[in-house]
Amino acid sequence: MKKFLPLIIFVLLLGLPFLGLSTYLMHVVILVLIWSVIGMGWNILGGYTGQVSFGHAAFFGVGAYTSGILYQSMGISAWWGLPVCIVVLLALSLVIGFICLRLRGAYFALSTLALGEICRVAAENLVQFTQGNMGIMIRERTWVDKTWFFYIILFITVGSYILIKKVMESKLGYYFVAIREDQDAAESLGIDTTFYKTISLCLSGVMTGIAGAFYMNYMGYIDPSIAFPLYDISIVTVMVVMVGGAATYWGPIIGAVIMVFLAEEIRSLPYIGAAHQTIFGIILILIILYLPNGIVGDFRKLMKPFMKKRGA
Amino acid sequence: MSLIEVKNVTKKFGGLTAMKDLSFVLNKGEILGLIGPNGSGKTTTFNVINGFYSPTSGDVYLRTQKVTHLKPHVLCKLGVARTFQVVRPLQRMTVFDNVLASAFIRTKTKAEAEALVIEVLNFTNLYEDRAIISKGLPLGKRKRLEIARALATQPEVILLDESFAGLNPTEINEQIEIVNKIRTQRGITILIIEHHMKVIMSISDRIVVLNYGQKIAEGTPGEIGRNPVVIEAYLGEEVCA
Amino acid sequence: MAQLELFLQTIISGFLLGGLYGLIALGMALIMGVMRVINLAHGDFMMIAMYISYWLFTILGIDPYLSVFIAAPVLFLFGLVIQKYLMTPVMKVESILPHNQVIMTVGLAMVFSNLATVFFTGNYRSTPVSYASSAWYLTDYWKGAPIELSLSMPWTLSFFMAVLITIALWIFLMKTDMGKSIRATAQDLDAALLMGVNVNWVRMVTFGIGLVLVAAAGCVFLPIYYLYPSLGKQFTNVGFVITVIGGMGSTHGAVIGGLILGLFESMTATYIGMGWAPAGRFGIFVAALVFLPGGIASLLRKRRLEE
Repeated sequence: MKKFLPLIIFVLLLGLPFLGLSTYLMHVVILVLIWSVIGMGWNILGGYTGQVSFGHAAFFGVGAYTSGILYQSMGISAWWGLPVCIVVLLALSLVIGFICLRLRGAYFALSTLALGEICRVAAENLVQFTQGNMGIMIRERTWVDKTWFFYIILFITVGSYILIKKVMESKLGYYFVAIREDQDAAESLGIDTTFYKTISLCLSGVMTGIAGAFYMNYMGYIDPSIAFPLYDISIVTVMVVMVGGAATYWGPIIGAVIMVFLAEEIRSLPYIGAAHQTIFGIILILIILYLPNGIVGDFRKLMKPFMKKRGA
Repeated sequence: MSLIEVKNVTKKFGGLTAMKDLSFVLNKGEILGLIGPNGSGKTTTFNVINGFYSPTSGDVYLRTQKVTHLKPHVLCKLGVARTFQVVRPLQRMTVFDNVLASAFIRTKTKAEAEALVIEVLNFTNLYEDRAIISKGLPLGKRKRLEIARALATQPEVILLDESFAGLNPTEINEQIEIVNKIRTQRGITILIIEHHMKVIMSISDRIVVLNYGQKIAEGTPGEIGRNPVVIEAYLGEEVCA
Repeated sequence: MAQLELFLQTIISGFLLGGLYGLIALGMALIMGVMRVINLAHGDFMMIAMYISYWLFTILGIDPYLSVFIAAPVLFLFGLVIQKYLMTPVMKVESILPHNQVIMTVGLAMVFSNLATVFFTGNYRSTPVSYASSAWYLTDYWKGAPIELSLSMPWTLSFFMAVLITIALWIFLMKTDMGKSIRATAQDLDAALLMGVNVNWVRMVTFGIGLVLVAAAGCVFLPIYYLYPSLGKQFTNVGFVITVIGGMGSTHGAVIGGLILGLFESMTATYIGMGWAPAGRFGIFVAALVFLPGGIASLLRKRRLEE
């Protein structure tokens, strides 16, 4: 039964547009899927390989801008951004990897944060290229109805999930975990840690970038503060995976569901709306203290108070 | 035949000289013991042979090839495996997966790697524990897991760093059996650091003694046990001949 | 001549800025050295001190330079509390990813900057002290000077306060028992434990001192600049850029790195353009990471060993 659960969920989701949900709800579902992909991307590098990045907005933003710039400067459909951004993001990942992977632990995290910010500042200042703070807008939206957008991001999400599963069950996955657990021991056991960390970073970057490219096409507008923000994308990505559970298959997805719904709920409340970052910050602190492996990782811990009542 | 040769290796860390013009040879098929008081440079020697440190001067040879500045993963692929003093398994994974992670380097398919893992686990008497999460293993089994992971890389030489530390007498005997089997059944050459005198005297063919980063004696266990310089280095600790 | 004047003025500005930057980085370096924590909320603590100073000025008319003596103790206590109730428990938590302390500071940063926005609004605020635009001019003292150089009064006062505080810190670290305990813990935790140092207390005090330093930096910065809730982020950036340039956890490196960054930013602002300052900051960060990963501290260490 458990084995078929993902498949069942997928089939159910295929029928979602036929339920006649409001445009708003469909939008939320699409956001959840976008964040699932971003989270899964981060999880490869952070959760499985143990290299925590605070700069994933760099990958997201570059993916989004690839689509945007293709449309703006070359006049072709922004959808071309999806395949093209794979190449662009590979290049970006190699550069970021070269600069940052030589560092370990929290220093790696800091350097990725800095690189995310550099990308933002670059996008703001290279006006010829990126239109700077004016941003890029796609005037002719591909579809008005959300249905096809939904199916595209659904397939991207499912594809990402399957890819991660395959990778983690292969030699690559074992090497990633070995590096996370003990880099020196892994090196002594024949694993070229620099090479494999770079592969992990590339997979992670490309996956996140594709989410960015999709976002450009779906939302129709980006600017540096939307594409590269430190807190609203880089840190939220970390939160999505930590709340759901790092280094698990379902963690990023569950985390995305929770974070997106939470954000939408908070935004709609009259007074508390402005304080949404405070609430996110508090959630982050609580998760770190009490549920560090997320909902999926610390499931037993989470269930404990409910179990006790039964036994009494 | 010389398998590993450490030739005039000096290793300095700032003002501290951990290895001073050290030279010795590890011959194919032998079990060579490396002993010395704490801080004499034994683990540093391993780290230099293994590729973690580059020597300040001097060279390391694997057969006739100079391997001095090669990285650890390259040395592993060339056939030099090593265990660590403080055992470092993949804590959240099962025993089986721990060994599987090391088994990939010379196998072509996952099935082949898994077969190798089963064989190595049987060899190190860990087959029954294959599904246990390695964090929950007692020390003796964790030390054997460390050896199993090294064996899964199908090495020609294995550097054992204090595999007997902290073991009780039963575990020690089991471990001695495995170390001997490694040589006799798998034809692997062994370089072993050990503080446990009785163990190292009984399993080594030859012994090299270090003190303050220098070689102070070399010979058979019997010769070493009677060597006054060695005895003095250990501050009067009597070793049975 | 005008070129020389511009150049010298830029250098002076760079130095004055560097002194302030050094103070910010010192706090971060201390915390990093003793607790191995990268405090990503550092700038936000500075922001809190600045708001305290602002309200003291606006409501009670207290000069920002004097409010250091009020804001600093407040932040010291705040630091003790945070270290005890938030940071220490986080160190004990068992999880797959070991970076929980850093993430904790990120959470704190989010809470602080957002709460400040909610309570104080995003309006830019400033403390217009009477001497805000006063300066000392070279030509006032040297009648026949070929060039004109000026030292802005608030900038200079800030720089001197920064220097005084740095010296006070140095004396504290070198001469007092607590200072020595802090240095011992930073150098070798196990040895310090074995020698009976109360490491938990040392950690609390260090975090407190780190915040005192950044609070002082905030107070002396207020007359020169303007205040808004999300100001913290850029000073956190300044802090960790300097820590990388100077060497992680090195107090000497923090001071030297601060001066270097100050000069670098001043030069960038004069010769390339104001908008490029943040980019320049990160550029030097990346350059330090790639070419000198150990920071200035590693250069100092090498020279000491070769003697």
